[in-house]
Amino acid sequence: MHELSVTQSIADAIVAKLGDTKVSVVSLEIGRLSGVVPESVRFCFDVVAEGTILQGARLDIAQPPGRARCRDCSTAFDLDDLILLCPCGSANVEVLSGMELKIKSVEVA
Amino acid sequence: MCATCGCGTEEHSHSHSHTVTMEQDVLAKNDHLAAHNREWLAERGILAVNVMSSPGAGKTTLLERTVHELGTSLAVVEGDQETRLDADRIRAAGAPVVQLNTGAGCHLDAGMLRRALDELDPAPHSVVFVENVGNLVCPALFDLGEGARVVLMSVTEGAGKPLKYPHMFASTDLVLLNKLDLLPYVDFDVAEFTEDLGKVNHSAEVLGLSATRGDGIPEWLDWLRTHPSMAKTGVLR
Repeated sequence: MHELSVTQSIADAIVAKLGDTKVSVVSLEIGRLSGVVPESVRFCFDVVAEGTILQGARLDIAQPPGRARCRDCSTAFDLDDLILLCPCGSANVEVLSGMELKIKSVEVA
Repeated sequence: MCATCGCGTEEHSHSHSHTVTMEQDVLAKNDHLAAHNREWLAERGILAVNVMSSPGAGKTTLLERTVHELGTSLAVVEGDQETRLDADRIRAAGAPVVQLNTGAGCHLDAGMLRRALDELDPAPHSVVFVENVGNLVCPALFDLGEGARVVLMSVTEGAGKPLKYPHMFASTDLVLLNKLDLLPYVDFDVAEFTEDLGKVNHSAEVLGLSATRGDGIPEWLDWLRTHPSMAKTGVLR
């Protein structure tokens, strides 16, 4: 359950930036290949937010899909999971997107 | 001007809501601490090896054996949720050790390793093994500042692990396939395992071994000796 420490890091970073300003919306980017489960982050967020400037804030989570490019045949293709296989059969693959784990912005009321 | 978001109002009691851009990696703090660890280790010519596996794969047994074979120039950081049992085993084997207990935590992070390195004070040109919490999921995400990642996997666990836990296997430099002595008694297809590993990790090496019986231990020690940050020093003999 690394989502608890991931969510704690999110809260810490926002509090460090905003001090005691109350937050109404937190916008995150959690890529589909990042290894972090958005539903678990939502669950942990309520726990972590309690008693802080984040209490009651809404979580907006964007989930960029996985994209990859083959280093052998240069084809770019969608990636639903971390099984790094190009349609050509090569496993020499570069992940282009889907690994994002980012705080995009927050809305303050 | 509002000091928080830069809008025109004096303070944050304004009625309109507005957006404060962050664009910050969630793991930025950990990655920053990990970069410091990496720098600190490089300055001293120390190779830190992040050893990860599921519980019971044989991490501590492998490290005990490695301590016996190599003697000095090794130190160990032990990560477990609770107890000092593994640290006691490593100490008995003859290496300096620091035990980290994560409590509810399921992985080590760069800050924990920093504190452990301060306490351990490893010698220059040595190897520090970091035995992560037994878990094939969470430790994969957290850079500790290590010089190498090793996943230990035992044949009793079943061959499908690389596809079931792709993050862990994708991020490793070396896979040690342990408990080879039990291979005749379990349904484990080594060829299928290495093929599946290749689907998530293009470049990881695989070494088979038995930490209890000693198969593959010379190859494992050679891997350590020839690692780029150890090869020049000639410390490991």
